[in-house]
Amino acid sequence: MWIYEKKLEHPVRVSCPDVKFAKMVISQYGGPDGELSASLRYINQRYSMPTDTAKALLTDIGTEEMAHMEMIAALVYKLVDGACPEDFKAAGWEGQWVQHDHGLFWTDVNGVPWTAKYIACLGDPIADLTEDMAAEQKARATYEHLIAATDDPLAKDTLRFLWQREVVHFQRFGEMLNEVQDWMANSKHMWMGHRPEK
Amino acid sequence: MDCENLIALLRRLQEMEFVAVELNLYLDTHPCDEEAINDYNCAVEALRQLKKEYESQYGPLLNFGMGGFSRTPWQWAMGPWPWEI
Repeated sequence: MWIYEKKLEHPVRVSCPDVKFAKMVISQYGGPDGELSASLRYINQRYSMPTDTAKALLTDIGTEEMAHMEMIAALVYKLVDGACPEDFKAAGWEGQWVQHDHGLFWTDVNGVPWTAKYIACLGDPIADLTEDMAAEQKARATYEHLIAATDDPLAKDTLRFLWQREVVHFQRFGEMLNEVQDWMANSKHMWMGHRPEK
Repeated sequence: MDCENLIALLRRLQEMEFVAVELNLYLDTHPCDEEAINDYNCAVEALRQLKKEYESQYGPLLNFGMGGFSRTPWQWAMGPWPWEI
């Protein structure tokens, strides 16, 4: 079960609304390397992890990513606060206005809706943990692009926090990959896939 | 509502919960680090105090029976919501 905590993990503030930047930030909401993808990827992969600590790590990072999705939502919410149709048109984001008004929607930066294709789950712990490490690096790089694309120091602060979390998650997944490899190197635990015993 | 006090208290809560989150993830891959477990337990204690203080002023932080008590009217459904602060 999940419980909602009525607070953000880290403050989200902007100096002033900026629809053009909101259009870029949405990539971390519903894009391939965004927070929705991250959260669902980890929470979904935990069922085929072989050790209790790997199940714990995927549960915990998947849960933290959900809090990051909320921070990105709050950032987009604040960046479009009070914007009129003219502001959306000037920012080249009139499609958002026509289809969603000020409502949020999971798309990438080009308006392509979120899809489960962004997530992989091989059911093989080495393949899946390696995928998770790559996902963290892709999210880190995306945050660097976003940080470089704004001059707003408050928005930068929010994005830097999220950027730094990707670095920590990558580190933890790397440690878990080593642990699971050691576990599998033990002959008693040789991974034969999920096959029924004959 | 005293927004300045809310934001200040919320900030302390966010800081202490961040300590707990960070130690939690670290412990998932270092489960025998006694010093870190001790630090985690200290963070739990500090967080409990901060939550109690926050909830007594601004209502439950968690719902479904996991947070503090509510006054009347039902405080859970009162703003501001996190993205509005």
